[in-house]
Amino acid sequence: MTTANSVAGPKGLSLHQQRQRAAFWFLAPMLIALFCVAAWPLLRTVWFSFTDTSLNDLNGGKWIGFDNYLKIRTLESGKVIYRGTLVDPAWWNAVWNTVRFSVVSVVCETVIGLIIALVLNAEFKGRGLVRAAILIPWAIPTIVSAKMWAWMLNDQYGIINDIGMNLGLLTEKVAWTANTDTAMYAVLMVDIWKTAPFMALLCLAGLQMVPRDIYEAAKIDGINPVKVFFKITLPLIRPALMVAVIFRMLDALRVFDLIYVLTPNSAATKTMSVISRENLIDFDKFAYGSAQSTLLFAILAVFVALYIWLGKVDLSGESGK
Amino acid sequence: MSFGFKGRALRSAAVAAMVAASGSPVLADEIFYVSGAVGNAVENFVNLVKPWEEATGHKVTLVPMPASTSDQFGQYRLWLAAGATDIDLYQTDVIWAPQLADHFVDLTEVAKDLAPTHFPSIIESQTVAGKLVALPIFTDAPALYYRKDLLEKYGVAVPKTWDELTVAAQTVQDGERAAGKGDFWGFVWQGNAYEGLTCNALEWVKSFGGGQIVEPDGTISINNENAAKALDTVKGWVGTISPEGVLAYQEEEARGVWQTGNAAFMRNWPYAYGLGNGADSAVKDLFGVTTLPVGGEGNTSAATLGGWNVAVSKYSQHQEAAISLAMYLAGPEAQKQRAINESNLPTIVALYDDADIAASQPIIPQWKDVFLNAVPRPSAPTLGKYNEVSAKFWSAVHETLSGNGTAAENLELLEADLTELKGEAW
Repeated sequence: MTTANSVAGPKGLSLHQQRQRAAFWFLAPMLIALFCVAAWPLLRTVWFSFTDTSLNDLNGGKWIGFDNYLKIRTLESGKVIYRGTLVDPAWWNAVWNTVRFSVVSVVCETVIGLIIALVLNAEFKGRGLVRAAILIPWAIPTIVSAKMWAWMLNDQYGIINDIGMNLGLLTEKVAWTANTDTAMYAVLMVDIWKTAPFMALLCLAGLQMVPRDIYEAAKIDGINPVKVFFKITLPLIRPALMVAVIFRMLDALRVFDLIYVLTPNSAATKTMSVISRENLIDFDKFAYGSAQSTLLFAILAVFVALYIWLGKVDLSGESGK
Repeated sequence: MSFGFKGRALRSAAVAAMVAASGSPVLADEIFYVSGAVGNAVENFVNLVKPWEEATGHKVTLVPMPASTSDQFGQYRLWLAAGATDIDLYQTDVIWAPQLADHFVDLTEVAKDLAPTHFPSIIESQTVAGKLVALPIFTDAPALYYRKDLLEKYGVAVPKTWDELTVAAQTVQDGERAAGKGDFWGFVWQGNAYEGLTCNALEWVKSFGGGQIVEPDGTISINNENAAKALDTVKGWVGTISPEGVLAYQEEEARGVWQTGNAAFMRNWPYAYGLGNGADSAVKDLFGVTTLPVGGEGNTSAATLGGWNVAVSKYSQHQEAAISLAMYLAGPEAQKQRAINESNLPTIVALYDDADIAASQPIIPQWKDVFLNAVPRPSAPTLGKYNEVSAKFWSAVHETLSGNGTAAENLELLEADLTELKGEAW
């Protein structure tokens, strides 16, 4: 700072201060836009969750404190009852569904994505074409792929049942999305189909950063390929992999469209987003739904914080290269 | 909203130019009408409003929505809460009036001559605190569709009770499957967890003498033996006479199985009658309809009262044109055309004796009997909480049919939930 101060510019500002000021003005439009589309709706939702607002009158809500989250009432008989989202079994069922969905889908997508990336990283003819082709599931809008899969999984006309029956894998047609035992698997399958290519792409980017000469050295030393993968490839692409997993985790925890379109609206597949939307819009419980949305945000934040802390993920990109 | 903004501007410019050229002083408005779309709804709508467009010089565009009423409601509620000016008219379900009343124009005054020609009960359902929220354009009451040819082939009578239906469906299904139609099913209905399941289940419960979930005076009556018996009966159908996938079916999925000739019975609304007799239907002229079966001796058949209405948005900038269209759609001319083309039931009493309708849709005069057995969903006693009551009910039914808990257990839980939801009063 002392050196910067010695080259004071116009208006008595140091070069460093001038730069900071310029940077601020360049960033301002972006910050304003972010505030409008991200911070403001978020804060407003948090505010709604502490009121008794209804969707018919958005500005008429009164402050009711934490009642939407947890309300303890003592009845005249002396019995104490608990109400609110935090003791709502439907909410915790949705949380459990979401967490289960997220963990299974992200783990499968990472493994499959990594395998695809390793294949695509190899030199072969037509690699560019294959790379482009593999991204198609990711490029299709979720709503379209959900509808498409809904037809493919249809119990009467669906191609999946048809193939299964013809190959003798199924003895009778299965109602994939209607049956509560298989509905979650159907959702997981479609989600993995859709997002594994995205993981593959991120992993591939990581793989291409690994210097080729390390592999050559390993080859000369005659180290077996499995060991090469675990000792060289995996540690080197770990930073890219960790970031990719965060992206997917954030996405998976707020899953909505796929489940809403693909499955009947049953407790077996309802996620946090689905249940909070239901309260916000379908039911006359806007504030209660806001409380659930706020909790969804809090759970997401906790997940990411834990992950960054436990995985020592470096999101700033500053630590030792 | 993004749709057709440019097109809208261009078209209104074109219309304005035409009007100017013809020297007419009428100012043409372009108005937007939003409605769920099943079957041929979009094409039919264009033909339906053509006379009105020609008479007034206005132009109306249909904004089609998904077929699920629950999905439509969510979207409409959002638009209305935001005071959206893009939509001028909403086609509303019979149960929505109490929940959306604040956002619609009062039509009492303009419809004072038209309203008395409709069924009084329907007009009443659309009146909230003295305000006529929407005008009825057609009513709906489901019926049992049956394959005349197949019942004859297997010597089965048209079932009067649900038990008879179970046996009949099984007989036909076994016979057809033995004859090589492996995908044939006895009975299809709507079992997805949505408003339609509430309609189906209300019919089962009511026709078994199990009440109507919440009675008109507000008492919660659902936890009773008859209701449990009704659900147990239905549970027995899933995977036997009805495909397991029926638990994800809405109206159109059921119609898909039926109209391709793969079901002996179907529970559906009148719209499926006209489509089932269409040129591309595999069951054309092969089926009949009757009232839904009853649970047993001494019970009466029940059909859930459905029906659609048209409401004018308070936020519309073309209210005059919108009200004129609403009056046209609810009037005798449009209702008659709807009845003939789409087998929609009129809400104007006199149309049931209309010779043209009787000639082209002979079923409509008969439907008067179905309509007389119609039970309303408990939207009137439960007011703003209706959607939640309905969602809790359909969830309990869906759980039972999926095999998560017995009917008795789930209904007991449902009663507890509803009591809590009710609180001091609905």
